Amino acid sequence: MNQLIVNPSALIFALALVALAFLISLKEKIGLQKDLVVGVIRAVIQLTIVGYVLTYIISVNRIWLTLLMVAIIVFNAAWNARGRARGIPHAFVISLLAITVATGVTIGLLLLAKAIAFVPSQIVPISGMIASNAMVAIGLAYRSLNGQFHDKRQELLERLALGANRYQTAINVVREAIRTGMSPTIDSAKTVGIVSLPGMMSGLIFAGVDPTKAIMYQIMVTFMLMAATSIGSTIACYLAYPQFFNANMQLRTIQH
Amino acid sequence: MAETIFDIQDVGLTVSHQTLLSHISFTVAPGEFVTITGPSGSGKSTLLLLLATLLTPTEGQIIFAGKPQQDYEKTVYRRLVSYCYQQPSLFGNTVADNLAFPFQIRQKKVNHDRMVAALAEVNLPADMLKKHITELSGGEKQRVALIRNLIFTPKVLLLDEITTGLDAVTKDTVHHVMANFNKQGITIITVTHDESELAAADRLINIVGGRMEVTA
Repeated sequence: MNQLIVNPSALIFALALVALAFLISLKEKIGLQKDLVVGVIRAVIQLTIVGYVLTYIISVNRIWLTLLMVAIIVFNAAWNARGRARGIPHAFVISLLAITVATGVTIGLLLLAKAIAFVPSQIVPISGMIASNAMVAIGLAYRSLNGQFHDKRQELLERLALGANRYQTAINVVREAIRTGMSPTIDSAKTVGIVSLPGMMSGLIFAGVDPTKAIMYQIMVTFMLMAATSIGSTIACYLAYPQFFNANMQLRTIQH
Repeated sequence: MAETIFDIQDVGLTVSHQTLLSHISFTVAPGEFVTITGPSGSGKSTLLLLLATLLTPTEGQIIFAGKPQQDYEKTVYRRLVSYCYQQPSLFGNTVADNLAFPFQIRQKKVNHDRMVAALAEVNLPADMLKKHITELSGGEKQRVALIRNLIFTPKVLLLDEITTGLDAVTKDTVHHVMANFNKQGITIITVTHDESELAAADRLINIVGGRMEVTA
């Protein structure tokens, strides 16, 4: 493996880049200085802690500890996705279920195909990638559901008035929300290698892994993220849309 | 058949401590043509929405064909008691998308001939089916919306000022359709300020400040 050049002094130098962003924000009155500082502090603390935690989990290699780490990742992802739901009832439970199934099914299939092994050094980072992508997809899908139920309220009321059930009323809205949730993953799959060199692949190449092997891993990751965002946003949308109706099959006004 | 199709029993609606309707009681016989009048904001449209189950009364109850409203499956009820909005929004891309919707929600095969016949009832040509909804005039939109409610004949038609803003010819067409369906035994309850609709009604119900005032 090549010698890695990231050491504490290099990181301190990299901090100068954040200082540059800070100065730009200050000079241009963008108002992001506080967020930048909080972001830097949180990134350093969170990543340092997770670095030590991962080192420990990988060294002890216990199934329950690996599963606990995955559960924490999934829980945090669901909590963050819930933040995007802006008043959709039961959004946390829905997100938790959707991200759990998306992560579980995707990792399960990868394990069955022997593409990965059940070792913490593979399960934990892959769970993180899946859960974070599912989280973003679900957050976008929630936003789309909220927007459409607001903007298309009259159309939806008319569908109800004509005698449509909840599904018949909302199906087009649900489909659009799933499309919205999946679009970043699909766009990034279309441009991978042309526009972006994804983090995992770049990281492996940085660390000295043969680029062709790194690319094979990246192809696997791309496929796995497509599956995960599709499963996650579909489950979340199908469980979330009935929350926009009350027991009398009338449209509820969601309080944002 | 029940002697009354609607029995509205001391119905009221209060939303966020604001009383929109109170002590509304009247009956409607099958096949009757009832017109609800009253000043703007008096609660006429709200009453129609209650009859359509698109709002739920907070007091009293509404009996439809001998059974309380809440005992009906909502989809079944709304197909029997069809509500047409004052400013309907058409959905999908074409007129055909709108007229196909009543078939789709009933899981029935879309019947092209029936859609063409429905268009003819409101003086619209068959090739209108392919027309994009953004190309329609206000009068055409309102007529398409009306036949979307009527392509499967309901028992009751609830019409909320559907002729407001229409030109005289389109208004006449809509009145003609209403009269025709009423002759076939469909109960019609309209909210209107239109003189000719007021004259055509079997009975007027006047709502003022959320209460019934005079029954002529």
